Amino acid sequence: MILVFAEQQNGAFKKASFEAVSYGAQLAAKQGTECAAVVLGNANDLSELAKYGADKIYHSNNEALNNFNSKSYTKAISEAANNTGTTTIVFSDNVTARGIAPRLSVRLKAGMVSGAIALPANDGSIKKSVFSGKAFAHVNIKTDKKIISLTPNSVGITENAKAGAVENLEVAIDDASITNQTAQTASGDTVPLGEAELVVSGGRGLKGPENWGILEELGASIGATLACSRPVADSHWRPHHEHVGQTGGTIRPNLYIAVGISGAIQHLAGVNSSKTIVVINTDPEAPFFKAADYGIVGDAFEVLPKLTAALNSFKATQAN
Amino acid sequence: MKILVCITKAPDTTTKVQFTDNNTRFVEDGVQWILNPYDEWYALVRALELKESGAATEVHLISVGGADAEPIMRKALALGGDQAIRINAEHTDSFNTAAQIGEYAKANSYDLVLAGKESIDYNNGSVPAMIAEHLDAQFVPNATKLDVEGGSLNLEREIDGGKETLTVSIPAVISCQKGMAEARIPNMRGIMAARTKPLNVVEPAAAENLTETTSYELPPAKSGVKLIDAENVQELVDLLHNEAKVI
Ligand SMILES: Cc1cc2nc3c(=O)[nH]c(=O)nc-3n(C[C@H](O)[C@H](O)[C@H](O)COP(=O)(O)OP(=O)(O)OC[C@H]3O[C@@H](n4cnc5c(N)ncnc54)[C@H](O)[C@@H]3O)c2cc1C
Ligand SMILES: Nc1ncnc2c1ncn2[C@@H]1O[C@H](COP(=O)(O)O)[C@@H](O)[C@H]1O
Repeated sequence: MILVFAEQQNGAFKKASFEAVSYGAQLAAKQGTECAAVVLGNANDLSELAKYGADKIYHSNNEALNNFNSKSYTKAISEAANNTGTTTIVFSDNVTARGIAPRLSVRLKAGMVSGAIALPANDGSIKKSVFSGKAFAHVNIKTDKKIISLTPNSVGITENAKAGAVENLEVAIDDASITNQTAQTASGDTVPLGEAELVVSGGRGLKGPENWGILEELGASIGATLACSRPVADSHWRPHHEHVGQTGGTIRPNLYIAVGISGAIQHLAGVNSSKTIVVINTDPEAPFFKAADYGIVGDAFEVLPKLTAALNSFKATQAN
Repeated sequence: MKILVCITKAPDTTTKVQFTDNNTRFVEDGVQWILNPYDEWYALVRALELKESGAATEVHLISVGGADAEPIMRKALALGGDQAIRINAEHTDSFNTAAQIGEYAKANSYDLVLAGKESIDYNNGSVPAMIAEHLDAQFVPNATKLDVEGGSLNLEREIDGGKETLTVSIPAVISCQKGMAEARIPNMRGIMAARTKPLNVVEPAAAENLTETTSYELPPAKSGVKLIDAENVQELVDLLHNEAKVI
């Protein structure tokens, strides 16, 4: 059995959870076995997981699992894995996975690859990003039980409808070491940065937080999520969770539009796995152009409104 | 409160990454090793602040590595910290490294173990939670704030699209990232003091590797940027739709 941890946030599955299930289903098909999803805490619509290839869905609606807890989540998933004869557990590599997958690796003595970007190759090795996107490694897991934590937006979502029979997962949760737990997520319906397919990002070239409106409008035209360079977050122009790069988030969207960002190596480390990079910068010598697919040498304050208008009319024609 | 900070060496952020021996080995010649930024700027500095404020009594540093890890350990001692422990084994697998640190931490009962959110070379973000499992301690990943209140830690951590605040009782293992503290530079007094601080070398415990890196690969070179006239943004829209197929 391949077991996929399908994370929910406030009852809703993340896009990355569907991707992880898609991956698990493909892995199961390759190995001639079944794919099950495990869901912890309240979930609005379990049947969504069947659409992406879950043969079975193990669900614990124990209220104690509504909030992340490294110990309790590990206990619940390890019991699900043990009860189902699971050989491989799949995660989407985000902050939650980093709090549980490595623990499970120790508990189950299952070798783990974190940040996988593809299905295992024919020799069993798994490709992952290393050196902050500057290279890839092929890693072999030597144990029979395996854990694979998949980088979001690396293999995409595939529809592959399966039965998705729901079974109740009984776990006794008694951990009291976490209290006062409250999550605050930015309101609005933009996709979280780590999972976003389209990202627009601003740097010091935008001069100040009061100028972010033109970037937000560009983002809104295509439904992109916002990001920024480190000095922008350091100066509190933008919230820290938007900061990408060596010391911020690592992302691999399909499209990354960098506006007024010079393209320092530490910035590139977080974004250079993006499939398409567009750079808009007044300085033709800005290092970012070397890493870009498309570039416009020009002033953001002039280019962005025009680009936003062009994208809006493109979207309008698409809608028709 | 006794704190153990996990530190590892990492290639300087501007290092040109290259491989040799049929792409099986990272070329270390000429590489400048630094303290992994998350370990230094966030985990270590926050531990030192906790000691300065009286919340912590002792700050120990631990690294699994060969003798070439000692310069970064001395640097960490120069920033502060009472003593350092080097477990004399090359870091080849997260499971093995965490088992080494876990074993040591268990035998020397720490209240709090701090680590970086990830190493900038292997980017696994795995060692900290693995240590927590060895200690049967609670674990919080990617913390951006940490305060001590009696036997509890008040934390803020990053979550997808936002943040979460939570209180965790000790013992605990926390992985640290930006927001936790501000980077410091060692001063002359610290550098002098570091020379005489204990740096104990401990032989590794028996532990296996569960994974093996068989080869490395560099990403394909970009074919070169296509420049579009600032007056002709429509061309960019067309290229993104028809050529790149991303919108
Ligand atoms: C260890 C370490 C870790 C780091 N980690 C990160 C990290 O995670 N993320 C990160 O981003 N940085 C990181 N940095 C910092 C990094 O080295 C750069 O300093 C930073 O990325 C620069 O940000 P920037 O491009 O926004 O600003 P600048 O370098 O100041 O660039 C601004 C750019 O805007 C352009 N510009 C100016 N006016 C306009 C205009 N009107 N229209 C269009 N373009 C304009 C300029 O030509 C310039 O290229 C790190 C540094 C170190 C040493
Ligand atoms: N060899 C090591 N010695 C000590 N601590 C380590 C070692 N490797 C990793 N760590 C710690 O674990 C964190 C995450 O590393 P990693 O799991 O390799 O991404 C690092 O930021 C360090 O704090």
